[in-house]
Amino acid sequence: MPDLIKPRPKFLALNEIRLPLPGFVSILHRVSGAGLFLMLPLLIWLLQLSLGSTPESASTFKAVAGNPVVKLVLFGLCWAYLHHFCAGIRFLLLDIHVGIEKQQARSSATGVLVVSLGLTLIVALKFLGAF
Amino acid sequence: MKARIVVGAHYGLKDWLAQRVTAVVMAAYTVIMFAAVLGGATSSAEAWRAFMGHGFIRFVTFLFIVSLCYHAWIGVRDIWMDYVKPTGLRVLLHVLTLLALIGYAGWATQIIWRL
Repeated sequence: MPDLIKPRPKFLALNEIRLPLPGFVSILHRVSGAGLFLMLPLLIWLLQLSLGSTPESASTFKAVAGNPVVKLVLFGLCWAYLHHFCAGIRFLLLDIHVGIEKQQARSSATGVLVVSLGLTLIVALKFLGAF
Repeated sequence: MKARIVVGAHYGLKDWLAQRVTAVVMAAYTVIMFAAVLGGATSSAEAWRAFMGHGFIRFVTFLFIVSLCYHAWIGVRDIWMDYVKPTGLRVLLHVLTLLALIGYAGWATQIIWRL
């Protein structure tokens, strides 16, 4: 029965794989976690400056946090944290078998993307002084 | 089928659980901090210092720092395990990750503990 022997892919062609939305949320969970890990020194340094009692630390904090490039990085990290937070809660729920049906899992994946991006936008607008 | 070499009993279960417990700790801390910021904890540098120097906040912030470092260790170690095949390089990255995280934990703790 040669029909039963299906040709198996021997490698993963990343450009040909269409990742479903839950898979997309999953890989972004990893990417956001890695980004947060790599940027931890910056975040701890900013915490140190923000809590410093000397005028120098206050002015350094203002200069660093006010830098446009740093601001962009911080908004990126804000998204990373919020995505990791939302997707993480989704994974915890999946662990206890909440929302494991295909349709529910797809909806919750969409929800994670929308909520984390929406919250990031709100935080960014707040810090840019839009309201 | 490739033979699997399984070393030890319930290998990885402890880390799997620790990753989730630390996640819950950090999620709870995030909610506390979010409420605090809305409540004006960051309205001025003095208010922010006073808030972070409070005994309870210092306690939970320390729990957050330890949880974050343990959580990041498991997550980053998994990334190295998935993508870095040469054993020597992988072990080196594991060690560097561990050392960095231990250092970060000490650094961050010292920031809140001297307030």
